Amino acid sequence: MIYESSPQAVLIFCLFVGFTLGLSFWLGRKAKSSAGYFAAHGQIPWFVNGVAFAGDYLSAASFLGICGMIAFYGYDGFLYSIGYLAGWIVALFVVAEPMKKLGRFTFADALDSRFNSSGIKLAAGISTLVVSVFYLIPQMVGAGALVTPLLGFEHWQGVVMVGAVVIMIVVTAGMVSTTWVQFLKGAMLVVFSAVLTWMILQRGLRVSEGGADGYQFQSLRITNADFTDGDSVVGPLQDVELLVADDGWEQAKEKFVRVRQRSSGKLSVWLVRRAGESEDADWLLSEAQTLTKTADGRTLVNGQPKGKKKGEPELHPVGYVKELPGGVQETGPLSFLGFFRTLQNSRVVLWRNEKLVHGDGSQTTVYYQQETSGSQVLRPGEHPTFRGIRSSKPADRINFVSLMLALFCGTASLPHILIRYYTVKDAGSARKSTIVGIASIGFFYVLTFYLGLGAMTSGQLDVSDENMSAPLLAKGMNTWLFAAISAIAFTTVLGTVSGLILAAAGAVAHDLLGSVLKLQMSDTEKVRVAKMSSVLIGAVAIVLGILFQKMNPTFLVGWAFSVAASANLPSLVMILFWPRVTKQGIVAAILVGMISSLTWILLSGEAYSKVYGLDAAAAVVPFSQPGILTIPLGFLTLIVVSLLTPKPVSGGG
Amino acid sequence: MKSGSSRYGLVLFFVYLLFYGGFVAINAIAPESMESTVLSGLNIAVVYGFALIFGAVLLSAVYGFLCGDAGRGGDTEGVQQ
Repeated sequence: MIYESSPQAVLIFCLFVGFTLGLSFWLGRKAKSSAGYFAAHGQIPWFVNGVAFAGDYLSAASFLGICGMIAFYGYDGFLYSIGYLAGWIVALFVVAEPMKKLGRFTFADALDSRFNSSGIKLAAGISTLVVSVFYLIPQMVGAGALVTPLLGFEHWQGVVMVGAVVIMIVVTAGMVSTTWVQFLKGAMLVVFSAVLTWMILQRGLRVSEGGADGYQFQSLRITNADFTDGDSVVGPLQDVELLVADDGWEQAKEKFVRVRQRSSGKLSVWLVRRAGESEDADWLLSEAQTLTKTADGRTLVNGQPKGKKKGEPELHPVGYVKELPGGVQETGPLSFLGFFRTLQNSRVVLWRNEKLVHGDGSQTTVYYQQETSGSQVLRPGEHPTFRGIRSSKPADRINFVSLMLALFCGTASLPHILIRYYTVKDAGSARKSTIVGIASIGFFYVLTFYLGLGAMTSGQLDVSDENMSAPLLAKGMNTWLFAAISAIAFTTVLGTVSGLILAAAGAVAHDLLGSVLKLQMSDTEKVRVAKMSSVLIGAVAIVLGILFQKMNPTFLVGWAFSVAASANLPSLVMILFWPRVTKQGIVAAILVGMISSLTWILLSGEAYSKVYGLDAAAAVVPFSQPGILTIPLGFLTLIVVSLLTPKPVSGGG
Repeated sequence: MKSGSSRYGLVLFFVYLLFYGGFVAINAIAPESMESTVLSGLNIAVVYGFALIFGAVLLSAVYGFLCGDAGRGGDTEGVQQ
């Protein structure tokens, strides 16, 4: 699709960024000491901290990734919402209050509270850096993807701009400004998502044959006799010649046919399938769209050079209802539950894609229609990540269980979430702020289901970019709403990235330099070192955000959760419940959990296909999500090593 | 971890763990059953999914109520200003 930046979007975006930076400079006066810089003096009110939890946690992956996945695949995106929220139960019932009681600035403080061990600080510091960087990559990729349509920038320019703004926020006032940015972002995200949901329900559902630009996709039925190879005319398609399936098209010759209109020379691609089981059944053809990246860097849409402004060749927007219950054309306003009931008994047109490689190295992605029943949209197992639950192979089902376990265990192990427990004054406030966080995040995740399904039926979807589903849904409603949602989504990236950089900077300045290398630093010097670390980590995040442009944010976040849960959770839980834990046990559990989960991920089928571009079937490990093995391995390592090392003496280590 | 709040926390944690584990197990063992309509024309997937989200909010509110003012003040060793 062609994105043109609107003056409203630019205006609201500039207001948001200007206000955020102004707030940071103003609050910067209060963050001169390390207690102020890392923990906001522990004086953030619990309600503000709770909403800031939502602002910290609801990342680009949550907002853009989940809405996009629901818009394209239905229920499966909601599985992430369920898993992400369930993780907060571990945070509230197990981790929140002890974290506040035991720690000071970083989560390594809590692990090391009984031992004063530089080994624990080193292992926990490295783990914090690894998890934070893993989590930073998708946020920066998401930032680039968002700024491109909003301001018309290139991906790398968007990433550099986000990096620069975040570095300024973190360097000026540390946790104080980060907290208030996250509070504002969390509150606005929930409020505007609620407004958008209300508008979706008021709009209801209506039948269409195409997207918002008015283009109607064709579906044809032709007889067996009409469908021959070579130069022949194909049934109801007039004045066309059938093209031979060569130069890469032979990879999908059973699935697609290409035809050229003789008068105009215009190419079109059609998905072809039998109307019945028998060999003489008719054929059904449905119109597809193609996007080709040529070897010399040009982009072709349906065989023509991609346009730069409206009216020129572009991918048509999609996402529409084909059939409503009772044969009606439009439902009118729907209730909260009526929306699901109606959709469950409707038929919608979803779009899938297939990539073809040509002889000269150019690549064509064919986007094709897939008419789907509403009951299928509202069931799990359609997205490639979750398709395994319908597989006959046990490894595919184990992969699903492993991912859901990682989501459950990962939240309470994320360093940028854990440091937020030090910004309130006591354990009671830590508990109350977590409850506010759960209420805000839970409410938002309910809304994601409506937003995703609303986008699926909005006629606004860009088949080539899942992540733009929520902003495009808003654009279809109102230009100002699009501007506000886009600016909030951008602030979403700012809030989460600030928290991650701060957690990583704390690990460098407080854990690694202060405790491991024993550098003697005054309070002011420690803050200065943390600020320098923030700049460095921000720069690394910018580079990685540019390098990993093509990676899916949700996919990368899933990896970060697995590593965090495997490396950090065993030690966090056992130090609270098992007095026999030793410092050697904690160090071993962190390192074994981190290295085993990372190694597993890098040897998995998902990494083979999406990172190395190899065949997933050639992967070394049988399934992609490591949590089901590496989380128990972390616990086991901690128990065995602790039992093999001397019992800790009370008050020291 | 011997306080009243941690005992409540552990009990509620295991209640939710069972609830969440049931959802994951149904999906992994009998995914086709998630399509069955159970309540007000909605299928199990939608009803169970919403129940998990509202259940988390409800249990956290119950926990907050049970703990009352426990943990207020006195735990400020982590904050040295």
